[in-house]
Amino acid sequence: MSDKKPKNRRDFIFTATAAAGAVGVGAAVWPLVDQMNPDASVKALASTEVDISSVKPGQSITVVWRGKPVFIKRRTQEEIDKARAVTLDELKHPEKDEDRVKNPEWLVMLGICTHLGCVPLSDKGEYDGWFCPCHGSHYDTSGRIRKGPAPINMEIPEYVFLNENTIKIG
Amino acid sequence: MSDSHYTPKSKVGKWFNDRLPLLTLANHLTDYPTPKNLNYWWTFGGILTFCLITQIVTGLVLAMHYIADTKLAFASVEHIMRDVNYGWLIRYVHANGASMFFLAVYIHIFRSLFYGSYKSPREIIWILGIIIYLLMMAAAFMGYVLPWGQMSYWGATVITNLFSAIPLIGEGITTWLWGGYSVDNPTLTRFYALHYLIPFLILGLVVLHIWALHVPGNNNPVGIEIKKPSNDTVPFHPYIVIKDAFALLLFLIVFAFFVFYTPNILGHADNYIEANPLVTPAHIVPEWYLLPFYAILRSVPDKLMGVIAMFSAILILAALPWLDTSKIRSAVFRPLYKQFYWILVIDVLILGYVGAMPAEGLYLLVARIATAYYFAHFLIILPVLGFTEKTNPIPLSISEPVLAGSAMATRAVNDDKVEINLKSLG
Amino acid sequence: MKKSISILVLSLSILFFHNHSISAEKVDLLKTDWTFKGLFGKYDRASLQRGYQVYTEVCAACHSMQYLSYRNLAEPGGPEFTEEQAKAIAASFEVLDGPNSDGEMFMRPAKLSDKFVKPYENVEASKAANGGAYPPDMSVLAKARKGGADYIYSLLLGYEDPPAGIKLDDGVYFNKYMYGNKIKMSAPLSDGLVEYNDGTEASEEQMAKDITTFLMWSAEPHLETRHKTGFRVIVYLIILSVLVYLTMKKIWSRVETKV
Repeated sequence: MSDKKPKNRRDFIFTATAAAGAVGVGAAVWPLVDQMNPDASVKALASTEVDISSVKPGQSITVVWRGKPVFIKRRTQEEIDKARAVTLDELKHPEKDEDRVKNPEWLVMLGICTHLGCVPLSDKGEYDGWFCPCHGSHYDTSGRIRKGPAPINMEIPEYVFLNENTIKIG
Repeated sequence: MSDSHYTPKSKVGKWFNDRLPLLTLANHLTDYPTPKNLNYWWTFGGILTFCLITQIVTGLVLAMHYIADTKLAFASVEHIMRDVNYGWLIRYVHANGASMFFLAVYIHIFRSLFYGSYKSPREIIWILGIIIYLLMMAAAFMGYVLPWGQMSYWGATVITNLFSAIPLIGEGITTWLWGGYSVDNPTLTRFYALHYLIPFLILGLVVLHIWALHVPGNNNPVGIEIKKPSNDTVPFHPYIVIKDAFALLLFLIVFAFFVFYTPNILGHADNYIEANPLVTPAHIVPEWYLLPFYAILRSVPDKLMGVIAMFSAILILAALPWLDTSKIRSAVFRPLYKQFYWILVIDVLILGYVGAMPAEGLYLLVARIATAYYFAHFLIILPVLGFTEKTNPIPLSISEPVLAGSAMATRAVNDDKVEINLKSLG
Repeated sequence: MKKSISILVLSLSILFFHNHSISAEKVDLLKTDWTFKGLFGKYDRASLQRGYQVYTEVCAACHSMQYLSYRNLAEPGGPEFTEEQAKAIAASFEVLDGPNSDGEMFMRPAKLSDKFVKPYENVEASKAANGGAYPPDMSVLAKARKGGADYIYSLLLGYEDPPAGIKLDDGVYFNKYMYGNKIKMSAPLSDGLVEYNDGTEASEEQMAKDITTFLMWSAEPHLETRHKTGFRVIVYLIILSVLVYLTMKKIWSRVETKV
């Protein structure tokens, strides 16, 4: 009976010490992990402004935003019609073209294949949009995946038209 | 050793252990019989292991953000301090960690000097230790160059110029070290590469150092050989592990105080000025842990002889097991040696102090006397002392002084825990 | 053990003493009550904001702060301007950007992510404009001088007429606290030089204190987090030490019985 109390106390001290030690190790490891996250200067580089006045219909330019390529394509009426003629059940990742653009003439999207991150080639592939040379993904004129291993459509970044000639991405 | 008979209990464990005896190694490390009378000065081995790992881990992290280029190095360090998540913390731990590492290694070395741990059969442990210490100095020196501040640049210039003291080939060697005609980008990049390499060399040597230690086993404050395992030893785990952990925590409190409250006190303000090859700072001194050797260097008026004296001051330690002719290990039983030991400690502290002072007037005179004494200690006093000193009788077993020294404390503990004791006995 | 500890304390104190003795100047630096000293030290926000004002209106004509970005002004632990204020501050400066699609560089208003605009293109330009002296970059200045904040504060208030017997060249001034007493910067502050936005009276001492606080923050932007984290870490370590000590005593009690 009298030996029960010290035994419990001993167990308590061992457990408390181990628990406190584990908490400390965890807290010490976190800075070592977190240092690999984007730092303050990277986070601050949020937006890029692009002058699009010189882009002619049918042309596309590539700009860099957060170290990634952004395709800005000025589509012809034919390309717009083609994108809008597609019905949703034909699509692997159903999205209306109307939901992917703010101004039908301008398609702004991240130029990164959603398969494994390569940059697709423009005006290539079976759907006259983009074609990724790495593993053969075909995108249509709205940047939607139509054929190949990529799971989803190319991503649309946040952007606004500041005026007729300027787009602000981010 | 007893652990050679170890067989794992589980089948999988046995299968694995027959192919790679890691479990035998783990068993050896946990059961390793350690003298139970080790005092807290013996905890610095564990503390040093912690320091080494801390430096490697924080260094690895810093290397992810640092840029070894004379145009960008200083800015990349500022980037770490300002923008990288916890960058300031990691860099301050790394920078102060170097100082803590040296503080611990000096205590470790002086512990060894006091208790005669370098004597037969532990000479190889000691010499490996000296090599580790030399590599530590090289790593620390090169690390200090990397932020590319004024002290980095001028420290690198001064230290590399030491080699120009070598007759005939000296100039060639310095040019080779620099990869140019002054300390510049090629120097920085190679120092960075070597600064990254050396800690891993140290790690390898530490493994050898511990391996060599595990052959004869630990020395102890009484300095006599003990039977292992026996009543005089305890298994390394949990006894020594928990004691090392406690000492490490106390050490960490000091460490944390430096990191969080005075992170720059051990550095030099000038190193926050970007390197400028056209202007030398008014006072140029190395980091505190190199000051005694710096004092020795400057106390000799001749360039070549100064460099030789400085390197000899370190290399002489490697010969210590043979310079100390006494058969008795522990200073506890050597009344004369004990006094000379403390004089040596003070001598080294004085050297460190004058190393930070301008090399002129009284400081120079003191530095010269202290340098002369440093060498006399190892070359004259120790060899002679072994033959002339009248030592005190040494006990037959370590239990004897343990009983005599801490009888009161033991009894007090016993009264408190009589029930536990009864239980553990019965 | 007691002896060992006293030796450790002694050697540590020698370490400190020795560091002190090198950093000790011949003249005692002026002292003022910095809010950022001590275990819980924090920056005085209002002082930081005023300090920024002194920097832009007085120092920025010659001194760069190349490691600061406009976003830093709105970050926690600093002057903590609102994001809008910081954006407005940034937008009042022009930075060089480009090349644009025509391959030309162009000027645009600065954004939060931009670094502080420098008064001179390079060191040579700054030397040419300042009689051969290079006004040092001030981003880490408070850490780059022995005596730190106290030194900068003292220097700003340390202008005096040269004692008899010391002749000064043109463009060289006498300062009690400067190394060698000769400084190429004329006394930068005088009473009422700045009209503080918050209505504080702009005495010389007040401005010196504010700009020094600002420079200290710029050199140690994470000082507040450091102090806060440090306190927690040390309290934690003390608690864990006690727990480990108790565990150790328990474990070792098994051995002492055999002794």
